[in-house]
Amino acid sequence: MENLHFEYEVAGNNFSQAGMASDAVKSTLKKMGIASEDIRRVAIAMYEGEINMVIHGGGGVAVIDIFFDHIEIKLIDHGKGIENIELAMTPGYSTAEDEIRALGFGAGMGLPNMKKYADVLEIESEVGVGTTVYIRVDFH
Amino acid sequence: MENNYFHTVFLDADKCKGCVTCMKRCPTEAIRVRNGKASVFYDRCIGCGECVRLCPSHAKLASYDSFDTINDFKYKIALPAPSLYGQFNNLTDVNYVLNGLLALGFDEVFEVGRGAEYASAVTKIIFDQNKVKYPVISTACPAVLELILSRYHNLKDNLLNILAPVDISAKLARDKAIKRGIPPEDIGVYFISPCPAKVYALKLGVGVNKPYVDRVLSTGEVYMKLVPAMNKLEPSDLKPLSKMGNLGLHWATSGGEATATFRSKYLAADGIENVKHILDGLEDNTLTEVDFIELDACAGGCVGGVLNVENPFVAKARIRQLRMKLPATSSNILADEGKPLSYYVWEDEPQFKNFDKLDENRLSAMQKLMEVENLLNTLPQYDCGMCGAPSCRAFAEDVVSGIVSDKCPRLDTEVKNETK
Ligand SMILES: Nc1ncnc2c1ncn2[C@@H]1O[C@H](COP(=O)(O)OP(=O)(O)O)[C@@H](O)[C@H]1O
Ligand code: SF4
Ligand SMILES: [Mg+2]
Repeated sequence: MENLHFEYEVAGNNFSQAGMASDAVKSTLKKMGIASEDIRRVAIAMYEGEINMVIHGGGGVAVIDIFFDHIEIKLIDHGKGIENIELAMTPGYSTAEDEIRALGFGAGMGLPNMKKYADVLEIESEVGVGTTVYIRVDFH
Repeated sequence: MENNYFHTVFLDADKCKGCVTCMKRCPTEAIRVRNGKASVFYDRCIGCGECVRLCPSHAKLASYDSFDTINDFKYKIALPAPSLYGQFNNLTDVNYVLNGLLALGFDEVFEVGRGAEYASAVTKIIFDQNKVKYPVISTACPAVLELILSRYHNLKDNLLNILAPVDISAKLARDKAIKRGIPPEDIGVYFISPCPAKVYALKLGVGVNKPYVDRVLSTGEVYMKLVPAMNKLEPSDLKPLSKMGNLGLHWATSGGEATATFRSKYLAADGIENVKHILDGLEDNTLTEVDFIELDACAGGCVGGVLNVENPFVAKARIRQLRMKLPATSSNILADEGKPLSYYVWEDEPQFKNFDKLDENRLSAMQKLMEVENLLNTLPQYDCGMCGAPSCRAFAEDVVSGIVSDKCPRLDTEVKNETK
């Protein structure tokens, strides 16, 4: 059986629309009858990734593939890229500017949370070229 | 679409013009327009009353018990909602309302505002015991609770597991009457409700083993009878019946419940779309800086309920004025009743539902989702509502679920126009 495939545009620096792709994914998973704890993990990991695309990545596209027993989420942007991925993964590390922090973002917990809730998290990034985040969450 | 679920709202079919207003604005997409008339999937209805509020033809009506049911019991206890006090012009003393209720034939009154103060006191204890998952979400608005139970299962452990103020009031009032020797079968507890959500929650008994409230009356209908009765009262007739403090009355408006918890990091949101937004955020774990969340389906809080007569903003202003006249709420009111904490908590866990699931079997649900996507790709995606569904996606889901077998009428006309 093939999988369910969705693509969502994520607009850069548009905070009012941030989270719309993850809301759509949540809604699909509820229709599939996925366990709420798994939906929660997908929601948190994807929302953090989506917000990063909005704040740091200048927007991009979220490519979603839902299989019977897992979901794969690719968040692709062509923004400024991450110089040191290991450093970026450190809890509390953030390059967000003060005005972004004033909006309540930039606590530096996004990537650590994604790592915590995803079964697989892979980040490919090149400075000046962009970032691709791959998230996989297995269903129980 | 007719089924065994409680009918929260019903239609005056003669008045319904088949416009798509209610269908488009229903927060759970529970309405379809069939054969030119609106109809409801009652299993998806959360009783928020948006359709009643928005219908331009006044064809949507909320269900409640008629005032004539006052004769159903020998000993009648009236439970006025805090929002009731906001309905009256120039009300100087809440005792006019309570004495007016006695004049209408009730034998006793128990203010739900008083019950709310017990709920606040219990909430404080539960916080102090620290046996909660933050942020704690209020469960006092049954429309919000129903939305969470049907759609936000992740938030289960965050729910405040205490009885709603109306249930606390009904339980206490009934127990006291029995203690005074009134035969239980003679006692009728009547709640004067601001909304259809409370009607169904009390009829079904959400969070309680069996309903404590016997009849749910509409604020609007009681108001019409109460005003003349209140006008006849002389100041000298007025018995000091009110036991409610100013925190209890505050529950009538959004933020009142949150204020009464005495926590600084609370959030209060009102209006069903705002509530949905907050719940979505909670699922994504984005609201970590608050510890208590009050959510009211109606804009303004319960003063915005559709069974009220007065504009919510006017009612809110009046409630503020009246609160200043009430005594401060005592900090250990629970001692007055001498009941254990367990008296006030859920007797029964409310049931979670899943009307979102397209099929019990995950594989079949996926198959259906694929069919929905394929069908959706052929639709114009205008969400125009001509098919009688609130969106092209809802229409596609109805088709795939076998609820309708129609074609998209928009597509049909466009194809016909092209071939002309
Ligand atoms: N898509 C992205 N594009 C560029 N930089 C990113 C991206 N995602 C994360 N980063 C970098 O990694 C840092 C840490 O990310 P995160 O843990 O989500 O914290 P925060 O978003 O709060 O800063 C960010 O401050 C940013 O420098
Ligand atoms: S906010 Fe109050 S009036 Fe409105 S649905 Fe909820 S409980 Fe009823
Ligand atoms: Mg982040």
